[in-house]
Amino acid sequence: MSAAVTVSATDALRPACTEPGGAGACGAGGGITITIPPVPDAPWKPVADAPLVESAVLERVLAAAVRRGGDMAEVFAEDRQLSGASLDDRKVEELSSGRERGAGIRVVVGETTGFAHTADLSEAGLLQAAEAAAAVAREGGGGVRTVALGTRLARPPRAAVLPSTVARARKLELLARADDVARSAGGEITQVQVGYGDSRRRVLVASTDGVLAEDDQVRTRFSVVCIASGDTGMQTGYESVARTMGFELFDQVDVDEVARTAARRALGKLSARPAPSGEVPVVLAGGSGGILFHEACGHGLEADHIVKDSSVYVGRVGEQVASPLVTLVDDGTVAGEWGNYAVDDEGKPAARNVLIDHGVLTDYMWDWLRARKEGRQSSGNGRRQSYQHLPMVRMTNTFLLGGADDAGEIVAQTPRGVYVAKLGGGQVNTTTGDFVFGTTEAYLIEDGRITEPLRDANLIGNGPDVLQRIDAVADDFSMTPGTCGKDGQSVPVGCGQATLRITGVTIGGTAA
Amino acid sequence: MSELLDVAQSVVGRARPGEGVEAYVSRGHDTEVRAFSGEIEQLASASSAGIGVRVVLGGEDGEGRRVGFAWAGSLDPGVVGAVLDDARDNAAYATPDPHVALAAPDGVAPVTLDLWDPAFSSVPTDEKVRMALELERMVRAGDSRVRQVDAADYGDASVEVALASTTGIRATTRRTSAYVSVSAIAGEGGESQTGTGFSVGRSPTDLDLERAGEEAVTRAVRMLGAGKIPSGRFTVVFDPRVVSTLLSVVSSALSGEAVVKGRSFFAGRVAEEVASPDVTLVDDPTDPRAFGASAVDGEGLACRRNVLIDGGVLRGFVYDSVSARRAGTVSTGSAVRGGYAGTPGAGCRALALSPGELDQQGVLESVGNGLFVQSITGVHSGVNPVSGDFSVGAEGLMIRTGALAEPVREVTAASTLQRMLRSVLHIGADVEWLPGNAAGQTLAIGDMQVSGN
Repeated sequence: MSAAVTVSATDALRPACTEPGGAGACGAGGGITITIPPVPDAPWKPVADAPLVESAVLERVLAAAVRRGGDMAEVFAEDRQLSGASLDDRKVEELSSGRERGAGIRVVVGETTGFAHTADLSEAGLLQAAEAAAAVAREGGGGVRTVALGTRLARPPRAAVLPSTVARARKLELLARADDVARSAGGEITQVQVGYGDSRRRVLVASTDGVLAEDDQVRTRFSVVCIASGDTGMQTGYESVARTMGFELFDQVDVDEVARTAARRALGKLSARPAPSGEVPVVLAGGSGGILFHEACGHGLEADHIVKDSSVYVGRVGEQVASPLVTLVDDGTVAGEWGNYAVDDEGKPAARNVLIDHGVLTDYMWDWLRARKEGRQSSGNGRRQSYQHLPMVRMTNTFLLGGADDAGEIVAQTPRGVYVAKLGGGQVNTTTGDFVFGTTEAYLIEDGRITEPLRDANLIGNGPDVLQRIDAVADDFSMTPGTCGKDGQSVPVGCGQATLRITGVTIGGTAA
Repeated sequence: MSELLDVAQSVVGRARPGEGVEAYVSRGHDTEVRAFSGEIEQLASASSAGIGVRVVLGGEDGEGRRVGFAWAGSLDPGVVGAVLDDARDNAAYATPDPHVALAAPDGVAPVTLDLWDPAFSSVPTDEKVRMALELERMVRAGDSRVRQVDAADYGDASVEVALASTTGIRATTRRTSAYVSVSAIAGEGGESQTGTGFSVGRSPTDLDLERAGEEAVTRAVRMLGAGKIPSGRFTVVFDPRVVSTLLSVVSSALSGEAVVKGRSFFAGRVAEEVASPDVTLVDDPTDPRAFGASAVDGEGLACRRNVLIDGGVLRGFVYDSVSARRAGTVSTGSAVRGGYAGTPGAGCRALALSPGELDQQGVLESVGNGLFVQSITGVHSGVNPVSGDFSVGAEGLMIRTGALAEPVREVTAASTLQRMLRSVLHIGADVEWLPGNAAGQTLAIGDMQVSGN
């Protein structure tokens, strides 16, 4: 439901983090129209390895699904393998591995979607699911339809080093090292939890529209949570890295640095004072500050909320909905980012979509179902958590393009306010536009200088109002991965922006 | 049920000498219907099954003991065998830990709970569809200011679980549940406000559509005209739904696992006063009214009633087998796990505050002036169960001279969990069992910082 869309970066089991200088980094330049250079993705090429389901079987299953009528039928097959390890209380506590494979079949009849899923990828299993999904097609009279799928095109996994080929001992070594580094940051670090996880997700989509697409998504993540204890109680510090790539992640990322950052956050907050309350100017550091846009307008620009008239952004295309400094892009093609894929979970290639251009709303994000309603094309934003779920409109990597200001100057020109170095998550009600986002590392700004650390607090604002209040955007762009929850489904997403200032937003601390 | 236990036992039967093996097998069936604009937008129905296996290697005396876990979303015999092998491989790499052990029967007999509606599977899909459509119709007709119902859902699920282990565990449990939920949008001029309503039960016949619909309409409509208020310190009265969420957050600090690992602000405070003397907090999964009721826990031990806070004094924590061994105590039958793909941890299933004497109206009258909060946001981003720092987005209505007055939105309410427990002014008599691991009831908390303009 609209009131329950969140993005989380605080749960140790759910990866999210700042990505210093990742693939989204962009240089300084004139004006605010700096663009992230598109990173070429692996080209389409025919592949020889076995498909999850043979094309001939898919054609027969799809034909059966529309036997009694229906505008569209689709098979989404998935094979997901996960492995993880966690270190807690100085011990490697748990190594786990799991595998899930199955298919979800939907049949669309007019405004109604029937859906069923099965863990049985045999023709018999698929036919049974197709029959169940087709139960919504009551009118009958569909007659015999033949379905012809296109040539099979698949993609190789976009990973230089498949995590399944890496010895467990090497993964565990990373955990132990991060634990040592975090604990050596200070005697007040009393507990450390380190998590490693990788996944490989092969998907295949086939539909009566002739779609036949495959993708092979490899993701790797690493996170550290530290607890520091002092006279004022306990505080937590969190940091993680998560990328759509294989074990080569650790050639790019120094786990020592991840551990030090988490420890620094926890230690810093031991001497933190309560956050202020009331409306204050806020400077959001680059990276995790992107959660602001994910909540303030990202969810509200998802077409399912638009076609149901449950978004504050309905009917506002072409209008100035944000400060002219705001150019917002959703781009599933940025290789390596956490929300990257080759094709979405409806078989549509990922795309770069400009949502807001210099403050003017240019378009919403679309999946197949909502695009069909409006007689247009999907924007490649149809995603689902697994084969057990129906697809819906979701963000990929959503970011504000960098500006021309200097991050240090923005702080220096803020006499009094709050500097948010790290956000942990947020939530929005798309209908009212009210949203919250929470700090996990923040400081007071006094006389243009970053001074005392503040305890965690949520900030609250209204999307269209806050977007108008952005009066400075710097050139220090970076991305952060997160887990986005909507209507009970979680998917990996990226958020990004450069350091920016909001002239006033309400912060919910306990200090009067 | 028996075939699930057979699967579990067949895995356990393949344990090698000296090896501990536990198999958790589950199977579920669920249906979801979503109505929109008088039509069925989605109808989904599916079954799923899977297995999770833990293998413990190492000696009886705890020397060199290690645990590994693997799972699969299938009960195919070939897959099940591979899961056992994977779990064994994983165990070889864990750090030796003498506290690691599978649960063993502790002599406590599980209570008999009737959580299964035998007529469940015979409810026709048409009836489920009718309920979703009817709920949507009721909300649209409920008030002229309702301008949209963005989702009206019916859902149900049945779950069966079997657990077996080399330590002698042999347990089965099963439950059915059904719900309706609806989200209403009220509009006036250019303004929109939202409200949700729901009803849950063991069976479709338990559901109260009328009440769910009325709740959604009332909550949306009464927010029309809402605005910000100046910041200040307020007595805040939380709606039962919000209180269920708050207790759920407090429960993570009452987990024995969080305590032994130094992640709970309650650690080392047993027998101390941690809350107002009115606060008695009990986790009782044997209460069949609780949504999270269960006869056995996630390791196959009997669930039992655990008093955690009594008259404001901290009495103890909930433990699973491993956290109990770490703490030098015994399991409280409180292992929880998130299905076959998750390992057990210590947690609450059915937390509730001992009810006070006043209904919600009585609490409002006693408070006199303050802020009534009907919903909160940002619990995951603004509440830290380790430090206790608490800051959430809030919407609701002002309380003036004991009655609900003008609506308020876009504010935050902040304090610390520690201070909130000590500042409880009134606990409502209106206990309501809600989805999740805690009951809700009206709760008044003094001296919270509300942030507005």
